[in-house]
This record gives sequence, structure tokens and C-alpha cells, in this order.
Amino acid sequence: MTDAAELRRRTQELLVAQPPATTGRLDFLRARFDAGLAWVHYPEGLGGLNAPRSLQAVVDAELEAAGAPGNDPRRIGIGLGMAAPTILQYGTEEQKRRFLRPLWTGEEVWCQLFSEPGAGSDLAALGTRAARVDEDGWVVDGQKVWTSSAHAARWAILIARTDPDVPKHRGITYFVCDMTDPGVEVRPLRQITGEAEFNEVFLTGVRIPDAHRLGETGDGWRVAQTTLNNERVAIGGMRLPREGGMIGPVARTWRERPELRTHDLHQRLLALWVEAEVARLTGERLRQQLVAGQPGPEGAGMKLGFARLNQQISGLEVELLGAEGLLYDDWTMRRPELVDFTGREAGYRYLRSKGNSIEGGTSEVLLNIVAERVLGLPAEPRTDKDVAWKDLAR
Amino acid sequence: MSTTSPTKTGPVSPVSAQPDLLYSEEEEALRAAVRDLLTDHCGAARVISRAESDTPHDLSLWKALADGMGLAGLLVPEERGGQGATHREAAVVLEELGRAVAPVPYLTSAVVATEALLACADGSEVLTSLASARRIGALAVPLHTAPGAPFPSARAADGVLHGELAGIADAAAADVLLVPAADGGLYAVEADATGVTVTGQTSLDLTRPLGRVTLDGTPGHRVGDAEPAVQRALRAGAGLLASEQLGLAEWSLTETVRYLKDRRQFNRPVGGFQALKHRLAQLWLEVVSLRAAARNAADALAADAVTVGDGPDTAVAVAVAQAYAGQVAVHAAEEALQLHGGIGMTWEHPVHLYLKRAKADSIAYGTAGAHREALAELVDLRTP
Repeated sequence: MTDAAELRRRTQELLVAQPPATTGRLDFLRARFDAGLAWVHYPEGLGGLNAPRSLQAVVDAELEAAGAPGNDPRRIGIGLGMAAPTILQYGTEEQKRRFLRPLWTGEEVWCQLFSEPGAGSDLAALGTRAARVDEDGWVVDGQKVWTSSAHAARWAILIARTDPDVPKHRGITYFVCDMTDPGVEVRPLRQITGEAEFNEVFLTGVRIPDAHRLGETGDGWRVAQTTLNNERVAIGGMRLPREGGMIGPVARTWRERPELRTHDLHQRLLALWVEAEVARLTGERLRQQLVAGQPGPEGAGMKLGFARLNQQISGLEVELLGAEGLLYDDWTMRRPELVDFTGREAGYRYLRSKGNSIEGGTSEVLLNIVAERVLGLPAEPRTDKDVAWKDLAR
Repeated sequence: MSTTSPTKTGPVSPVSAQPDLLYSEEEEALRAAVRDLLTDHCGAARVISRAESDTPHDLSLWKALADGMGLAGLLVPEERGGQGATHREAAVVLEELGRAVAPVPYLTSAVVATEALLACADGSEVLTSLASARRIGALAVPLHTAPGAPFPSARAADGVLHGELAGIADAAAADVLLVPAADGGLYAVEADATGVTVTGQTSLDLTRPLGRVTLDGTPGHRVGDAEPAVQRALRAGAGLLASEQLGLAEWSLTETVRYLKDRRQFNRPVGGFQALKHRLAQLWLEVVSLRAAARNAADALAADAVTVGDGPDTAVAVAVAQAYAGQVAVHAAEEALQLHGGIGMTWEHPVHLYLKRAKADSIAYGTAGAHREALAELVDLRTP
């Protein structure tokens, strides 16, 4: 087992071999991956050293101190948080070697083709078809929606229906889709904020080689669970300083603009400040549990709490601004490559935060998940369990 | 009348170490031992019948916890006759006591009175007797007093004390009362000394009853200065109360989930209805959050004791925990009552004990509003 001292030694070796001051950013990131210091808990040869996940912090601290370049995990969040763990668990050796390195260095951005206009919370009802056409592969037709980064992505993780004659969860298969295929059309989906951070993706006769299937045919729902569980872990694993989230800008405005203060707003601000601090501590406790190797169920609830808080805090912020709250910074349609919830101004934060209780699982679905999987309460009655997908009402 | 200065301002420490928000193996072992004892000796039926009696405190249970397990002296250094543990361990004990609404003076004697004495130069003899559980102590400051708030005091003249102090938690069980006096001193007064009368007040919380203390020419032993002692005691009391509230909220949630899996209406387990599932999931999230806040407060108090500091971060940690804990514990108990339906409204079901304790706790050592006001100063979010 690789320990902290060994990781420090390897990190120093990397820094000697590739001095950050004179090495190009990508060259350094590739060398770091090849040295097994990208994600130390991954296998050797795939960016890791089979070391305990908690020791990543040792490497990160040494590299940060040495001024080494980072891989901008925000820009490649879907790749790091969702595609990579799924490929690691279900991919063939060839797939792992092809995809993981450029994914980690950020040379190739990933997006996720899961949601559809008719299948959001009821994701397993999806209708995008993948038909086996020959020995080599499949042809995919359908439409996906709410796809962040599709306009910047080289690859997508995709789930599609391969057998309409069995109940919905059983006829799904998981693929890696080439976003440069001519059958892939990405159209910006303009949101209430005015910008188009998401996309619609139209798939028309898209050829996917069988070598780009992840997991067994028909087993895509199980593979997708790996992806979705990792998405929620990634959301809970953030480390924030006090006032590090949405509460920060409001607190600053309160301090800097005494003329805006009222007693009513003061009471509400203090109550939300407390809740934000408690949410931050809850996230910190979850992170400590993960590092200590005792993952708790808190991750399932963290997103719920942040969604509600972000909406309440940003709502208060617009109100605090009064006359200025009636204005908006810019309605121009932009296509940002990464989402910054706290970026821009109060009106943007207020509108964007409305998505926090919908994206990555609606709050209503997450409450069901907590109730059933954490508290063990009886599941919702199911009327679709034994019905072939093609016979479901749509 | 003794009043207090507002919160101390000190230099903000440079990036302090991250709080440890988890439980250690030793803390989990302590929890298991306390829970075992409470399971055997503090069942709900026993607590209910005791609440109706003339002796609301369960002194045999107290003896088993405090003397048998040595828990009364957790916060007292070994050289002063205690266990030399920290607020982290005391917090775990309080979680379990909250879960059982145990009618024992742990928070009042082993935490609040003990902390007051730890701040006093001359209180060693009393401190040792509390740590060894030979005696029970109570700080004669009304239970609702927030850290930093003014508190009433007795008159001191010619070496004796006069006055009446009401709202004193667990006064009826105390052998020694720690009385702040107008001359700025904190006095140790024997409960059976000349001129002392302790009268029970009919209290909302049956398991932590309040009392009225009357002093009429009573001799007392000055143990130290009242102000720093009372402030230290109230801060520790407020910070660790959050752990009791956590235990209480957790019992309310667990017991309600258990009941709703069992209880059937409309030919289904009631817990299968989405309207109720969502309420319980929401409550679970609040309990999980309270755990982080309560652990943070306990860890900050423990760290302060080590550095003999009084860091502003500890004040923030305590105020955050208390500004949050009350609403969660009350919400949990109120949901437990509502979701138990008719049985929840009865005297025979223990949920009322939890609701009464939760509501009283939401006022004890300062309301959420008082702690939010403290935060306005501490984190520079000032009033209009």
C-alpha cells in the first residue's frame, strides 16, 4: 500500500523531472497523470497508484505549494465526477486507456446525454433508440435536453433504449458517444437567466461502435446508477470557507451599504446566515467522513439543503437591493463554458438558483430517495414495473 | 445587580485548525455504555411516572451515571479530582441523555456549575465534590439567561446573602448553589444552610424542573468573581445544550419513522404516503445538519479549554449551534406528535416529555433570537 511518505517522494520526483516553471501546462498534467498522481486511488497506469483516496490531499498540497498547474476541475466536472468513475467500473481495459488520461487533463471535455423532454425525473422512461445494425455497432436516434457543456464536449456518456419490449429499467444500454459525429446536432437552450448554459442535443442516425458500449447490453440502468451516485458525492464533497457560498455577496452588501438595512431584512439575513453556516459545516462533516473512509448518507441530503438555501438567500439579496433589484445586469444570450452560481449579480443568482432544486435530481425525487433509502420508509406504489416500455402511456 | 459586558473582542486567530466533526472510537464506546445504562434504567414509562412524583429527579440513575461511570467529572482535570476529558465527550453523554429525556442534573451540575467553578480561583473543594458526584451543584442564574445577557444577583451584606432567585434549573436536586452576588462575587451556598429555602416551580419541562431559591441571611463561601464564571458557564451550557437537542431530535425522528412503518391506514403503512415521507426526509436533513453544528460547538469549546482561550470563533460556533438547534428540536418533537396522531396527544405516550423538553430547551441559555443578535456583532452583520 502506498503511504503518505511514498506519495510525497513521488511528488517531489515529478517536480524535479518536470519543473512547473519551465514545463508547459499540458505537458505537466500528462506527466502527473503518468506518475500516478492525478487521482491516487485509481489503478496504476490509469493516473493512480491504488492508494487510499484520502491521501490525494497530500499530493495536492505539495503541488500547490510548488506552484504546479491544476486541471481546472470545474470546467471538466462532468468528466471527473460522472464519466470517469463509470468508465473505471464498467469500461474495458482499452476504453480506460483511451479515455481517462485526456479526460483528467482536460484535453477532452465530457457531457452527459441522459435527460430527455419526456423523461426527466422519470429518467428510465427515456425513448432515444439505439438499434443494433451490424457486428460493429449501433445507430442512435432521439433527443436529449439540459445538456451542460455539450457545445464544448468531445465525448458524451449516453443512455439509450435498446429493447422496447421489456420493462423500462431493463431495456437500456450505456454508451460513449462521439460528439463530433455528423449526426449529433447541438442547439443552445436559452434559460430564464438569458444565457444558454444548457443545450438540446439531437441525435440522428448517429453511429456508435460496439467498442464504445459501457457494460452489458440491457444493463445500462445499473451502470447509470454508478454515474448518478458519483454525481451526488461530487456535489457533497466541496470544501467551503465561512461565507463561501451564496451568503457571501449578501453579507458583503449588508456591510458596505448601511443605507439598505431594515430590521425585517436583518432578522431574515441573520437566520439565513446561520443556516448557511450550518450547511457549510454539514458539508465539511460529510467530507471528513469520506476522507476517513466512512461515507455517510448525508450526501443525499446536502443538495436539497443547498438548493433551498440558495433560493432563499438570493431572493433576499434582490429585495435588499431595493430599487437596484428592479434592474438586471445583462440579458444578452451567452454560452458560458462553466457555470458559476455566485457569479454575476443578484438578479442572475436569484434566477439561476431556481435550477438548483431541479438539476441533478429534483428536490421532490431526492426527498423520496432519502425517505426510502436512508429512513427505510415504504417505496412509492409502482404501476410501470412489469409493463413493457412500449406499452407505457406516453 | 450584576450586568455583563457584551461579547469579548479579541484578535481573530489566523486560520484556525479545521474542527473535527466526527466521533472518535472512544466517544462511540462512551456513547454505547451510556445508552446501555439508559436503556436499562431510564425507560419512558419510568420517566413519565417519576415526572408526576414529588421527586422528579432520578437520583439512583444519577448515581449510576455520575458515580458508577465517573461522568460527572468529565470536564474536570485529573489533578482536581475529575476525568480530564473534554467537551466532546460531555457532548456525547448529553446526546444520549437528550435521547432519553433523562431526569438527571447532568447539564446543570456536571457542565454549567462545574464550568463556573473551573473559572474560580477558590472553588476547588466544591469542584472536586461535584466531579466525584458526592454532591450536585446548580448555578443560581435563571435558565433562560443567554451568554452575555444580564442576570440577577443576591445582596451580600455583613458576610451573609439575601435575595430571591427564580427559574433555577434543577435547584431542587442541588446540594450546593452557586450564587452571584451584587458585590461581584460568586458564592457557594449549602442547600441546607441557614435561611435557604428552595421551592419547586411548576415547570413546562417536567424532566428539568425549575426552582425558586430564597436566601435570608445565608452564609456563603466566596469562590471567585461572578462575571467571568457565569459567562464561561453559560457559554458551555449553551454550546453543549445543542448536543442534548440533537439527541432529542434524533429520538423524535427515529421513533416516528419506526411508528409510521408499522401503523397502517387506508390499507397501507402510513409511512408510504409521500406527503409524510417528505416531511420525515426534511426532518432527517435538519437532524444531520444539527449534528454538524453541535459537533462544531463541542469541538470549539474543547479546543478553547486546551488553549485557555476565549476565541471569537468559539463564540460564533456556540451562537450558530444555539441559533439553529432550538428550531430543529422543537420541529422534530412537534412532527413526532403530529405524525403519531391521537396517541401522540396522550399522557401515556412519551412524546409529550420530548416536546416539553424541546420547547424549554429552545429558551434555555438564550433563545435563537438572542444568539442571532450575538452573531450580528460577532460576524459583523450589524443592526440597521
